Amino acid sequence: MTASSSQLAIRAAGLRKSFGDKVVLDGIDLNVAAGTIFALLGPNGAGKTTTVNIVSTLIGADAGEVQVAGHDLATEPDAIRAAIGVTGQFSAVDKLLTGAENLWLMADLCHLDRREGRRRATALLERFDLTEAAARLPPTYSGGMLRRLDLAMTLIGDPRVIFLDEPTTGLDPRSRRTMWEIIRELVAGGATILLTTQYLEEADTLAGQVALLDHGRLIAQGTPEELKRLVGGGHVRLAFADAGTLEAAARALGVAARHDEALALQVPSDGSVRSLRALLDQLDHETIEVGELSVHTPDLDDVFLALTGHAKEKGTETP
Amino acid sequence: MSSLTYAVRDSATMLRRNLLHAKRYPVSTTGTLIVPILLLLAFAGLFGNALGAGLGVIANGAIDYTDYLTPAVLVIAAASGALSTALSVNLDMTAGIINRFRTMAISRAAVLTGHVLGSVLQTIIAIVGVIGVALLIGFRPDATVVEWLAAAGLLALLTLALTWPAAAAGLAAKGPEGASNIQLLAFLPILGSGVVPPESMPAGVRWFAEHQPFTPIIETLRGLLLGTPIGDNASIALAWCLGIGLVGYLWARALFRREPSSSSRQVFSALQ
Repeated sequence: MTASSSQLAIRAAGLRKSFGDKVVLDGIDLNVAAGTIFALLGPNGAGKTTTVNIVSTLIGADAGEVQVAGHDLATEPDAIRAAIGVTGQFSAVDKLLTGAENLWLMADLCHLDRREGRRRATALLERFDLTEAAARLPPTYSGGMLRRLDLAMTLIGDPRVIFLDEPTTGLDPRSRRTMWEIIRELVAGGATILLTTQYLEEADTLAGQVALLDHGRLIAQGTPEELKRLVGGGHVRLAFADAGTLEAAARALGVAARHDEALALQVPSDGSVRSLRALLDQLDHETIEVGELSVHTPDLDDVFLALTGHAKEKGTETP
Repeated sequence: MSSLTYAVRDSATMLRRNLLHAKRYPVSTTGTLIVPILLLLAFAGLFGNALGAGLGVIANGAIDYTDYLTPAVLVIAAASGALSTALSVNLDMTAGIINRFRTMAISRAAVLTGHVLGSVLQTIIAIVGVIGVALLIGFRPDATVVEWLAAAGLLALLTLALTWPAAAAGLAAKGPEGASNIQLLAFLPILGSGVVPPESMPAGVRWFAEHQPFTPIIETLRGLLLGTPIGDNASIALAWCLGIGLVGYLWARALFRREPSSSSRQVFSALQ
C-alpha cells in the first residue's frame, strides 16, 4: 500500500529506546495509513508495548521522529493526546468508581459538556453490553467486561487514532471474538488502529498490514498474504496405513519428504483444489490408499521461523 | 476555553474523583479522625491530672490541661490527615489508570491538585470532628470569631502545606509501605510544645522542641484559641507553612513531570 504522508495516521522513523544498557527498540519505522488496522506482531519482549508507549506520548524515545494524526510528538504532544485513545495491556479503570462513573470521569476529562458526556456513556454501555453492570464496581466484572469497559473509556472522546496493546490477551475465545467485532466496527467508523498482539490469528484476521517485531527490530512488514509468500508455498501431508503403502506412494510421487515413523509423506503444494485433485488422481491411478490428508498453508509462525531462525518463544499457541 | 480554564476544570474533575473515593473507601478519613481523638482521650482523660500537676505553667492554674493539649491534637490531626496523602497518591500512581491520564490531553497538574484538595477537605472535616470531641471533654476556648477564623485559616494552611510534600513523598516512594511511613511525622508535635512544655525536657530534646516547625504553629494556635502570648510565633509559623508548602509543591511537580520510569520498569519486567 502506498500512502502520501498526509494520509498517514501514524508515522515513526528511526525509533530507539534503551532501558539501562538493554536495547528495547533498535531503529523502528512505522507507516500506518489512516482508516486501517495495523498489527505489531511479536513475542514477549520484542518491544511492542514500548513502541505503543512512545507513540502514545507516555514515554520518550531516545531517538527518532513520530507524527500522529498530523502532529509532531516533539512539539505538540497535547495535540496528539487530544486525537488518540489508548487501551493498555493492564487494566486502566478506576476500581473505586462504578462502570458508569468511570465513563463520566473520562467524558469530563475529554471536556465534553455534561449532557453529551452522559449520552455517550449510556450509548457505550449499551453497545458494549455493560448496561446492567453500569452501577457496579469493576472488581465484580469478568475479564471480558473489564476489557470492554476499558475500551469504552478510551472511545468516549471519539479518538481518531486508537492504540490497543494486546487487546485480547487473557480473554476467553468468545470475548476475543466480541473484541474483534468491536475493533472492526471502529475502523468501519473511520478510526485508525495500531494494535499489538502475540497471536498470529489475530493479526491475520484483523490487520491489513502486519509488522513483525523481534528483539527491537522490524524484521518484515506487509499484508498477511505478502508475508506468507516470503516463506514460499505450503505442503500437503499424506498419512498411510502401513509401510508398504508409504513406500509405494513415495516411489510414485518421487520428491516427497518422508516420515517413516508417522507413515507420512510431505508433498509441496499451493493448496489449490486443482493441485489436490491432480495429486489424488495420481495416487488413484497407482491404486494407493491414502489414510489421511491435510493441507498446510504457511502461517505467520512459518514466517517468523524463516526470518529469525527461531520460533516465537512464547505465545505461539493459537488462541 | 483557555488552558487555565481547562486546568481548573480538570482539577475540579479530579477533586470529585478523590471525594468519591473517600466516600466509598472512608478508611483514611476515619483514620485521621480516630488517632487524634484517642490521643486526646488518653492524655487529657487518663494522664491529664498527673501531667497537669507536674507542669509548672499548668499547675499554677494559668491554663487547664485539656485546653493546653487540644491545639496540639488539632495540629496532629491536620498533619496526619495531610500526610495520609502520600499513601493515596502512591496507590494511585501504581494503578493502571494513571497511565491513561498521562495519554489524555488534560492539565498535568490536575491529578495531584485533585489529590491535594481532596485531602485538605477530608482533613478539615476530621479536624472539626476532633474539635467537637474536645469540647465534649472540657475544652473551653475563649476565642472571638476573628480568632476562630484565624485559627481555622492557620490549620487549613498547615494542612495544605503538609499535603504537597506528602504527595511528593507518595510519588517518590517505591511502594505503599514506604509511602505510609511518612505519617509517623504527624506525631512530631509531641516532641515540641504539644503535650508538655519544652522547658521540662532534657537539653538536647529541648533545643529540638523549641526550634522545630510544629512548636510555633502550636503556640500560635494556643494564643488564638486560649489567649496565651503569641509573640513572634505567628510569623515564624507562617514562614514554616509557606516554606514547607512551596518546597513540597515544587518537589511534587518535578516528580510528576518525570517520565513514568517506575511504570515503564513494570512494563519492562512484564516483558521479560
